[in-house]
Amino acid sequence: MKYVDEYRDRATVQRYARAIRRLTTRPWAIMEVCGGQTHTIVKYGIEDLLPKEITLLHGPGCPVCVTPLELIDKATQIAARPQVIFCSFGDMLRVPGSSSDLFSVKAKGGDVRIVYSPLDALQIARENPSREVVFFAVGFETTAPANAMAIFQAHMQHVENFSVLVSHVLVPPAIEALLSSPDNRTQGFLAAGHVCTVMGYEEYVPLAEKYRVPIVVTGFEPLDILQGILMCIRQLEAGRAEVENQYLRSVRRNGNRPAQEQVTRVFRVVPRKWRGVGEIPQSGLGLRDEFAAYDAEGRFGVAAYAIEEDSECISGEVLRGIKKPQECPAFGGRCTPEHPLGATMVSNEGACAAYYRYRRLEQQVAGAGKGS
Amino acid sequence: MCLAVPGKILSITGEDVLRSGTVSFGGINKQVSLAYVPEVRVGDYVLVHVGFAISIVEESEARQTFEYLKQMGELEELGPRP
Repeated sequence: MKYVDEYRDRATVQRYARAIRRLTTRPWAIMEVCGGQTHTIVKYGIEDLLPKEITLLHGPGCPVCVTPLELIDKATQIAARPQVIFCSFGDMLRVPGSSSDLFSVKAKGGDVRIVYSPLDALQIARENPSREVVFFAVGFETTAPANAMAIFQAHMQHVENFSVLVSHVLVPPAIEALLSSPDNRTQGFLAAGHVCTVMGYEEYVPLAEKYRVPIVVTGFEPLDILQGILMCIRQLEAGRAEVENQYLRSVRRNGNRPAQEQVTRVFRVVPRKWRGVGEIPQSGLGLRDEFAAYDAEGRFGVAAYAIEEDSECISGEVLRGIKKPQECPAFGGRCTPEHPLGATMVSNEGACAAYYRYRRLEQQVAGAGKGS
Repeated sequence: MCLAVPGKILSITGEDVLRSGTVSFGGINKQVSLAYVPEVRVGDYVLVHVGFAISIVEESEARQTFEYLKQMGELEELGPRP
């Protein structure tokens, strides 16, 4: 097995789709948490394989989308400084702040570099001792061990011209915020397989019990998603609300302990603001005091302030599963991936951007068909 | 953002937090940190996220997706209808 193509097998996909149709007797709304799963669902047209009773809601699981505007503004301010080399994962560069984005800073001569790993940013710092190298440390629990390791190694090897702009978010508090909201529609969750690869799934057991929702830890290939949906529907139809693990090949109950230990060594849990959602208590990671010297916000003195989002954008409702992207009047017109108005259009894992990329043409064809 | 890609370990060097290895992704080789999978051996498949192996892929568990429907006892009924 190579663990990719097998999970896209057409015949098995169809068998799963039939099993789901056979089992479903009532309307159910299921939310996939992770933007990677949203991307697979929209790209492979998985919703079209499901019975009309099942609605898939696309959750807040894209760290690029939920990074608050203020932090993007801090990033562009730091990146514009002449002594700085600003390193980031590629998908953060197009994300609009209140007046600029990292690509524009780069176009005006800022030294903004795309890196594949935080360790690449650390290496750039070692090679450029006369410059300040700043890494934009965004991500969920999946990415936290990697970013923690870069900071830990910088500390261990005294790489003092390295610092991080931290915007780490945590999944379980966001799920709880959604479930406790009066306008929650979600009846079952597909939990994010790679977040749980790192963290395990014990944290989800009290949530499943308290809110009476099935939570199925699910992978990212089409068959993973379909099996996750089937497991979730089986629970819903039987009136069960348990935590189950579809993504057995990668996720262990307790997760990856060495990775968790490194995250705990470097970070502590803090409140975080989520773009489109607002502040959620204890929903993010910040640097521990021992590593405060590596905090770019402190080092560059960028001030904290709050900014209002564009009022036309409904990304908050999309992120909470209340509305679908096409329900927004700006979708595909005034709001596109090139000129996004808000969170869910900015990264290719955001629900609006995925719909724009894979479903816009299909809607145009359907519209043209109706007209003729 | 949380994308992780499976690859096969070809070689391992270093120790502890600096342990790393060459991982083949369908013929493309990359250097990957193995600090978080201390038990990994050459020949194992790992899931790699931003340059870090975050888990060892379990072959026996990987097959269950293809056996699940059978275990559900539905496979017979799910065959193509006449």
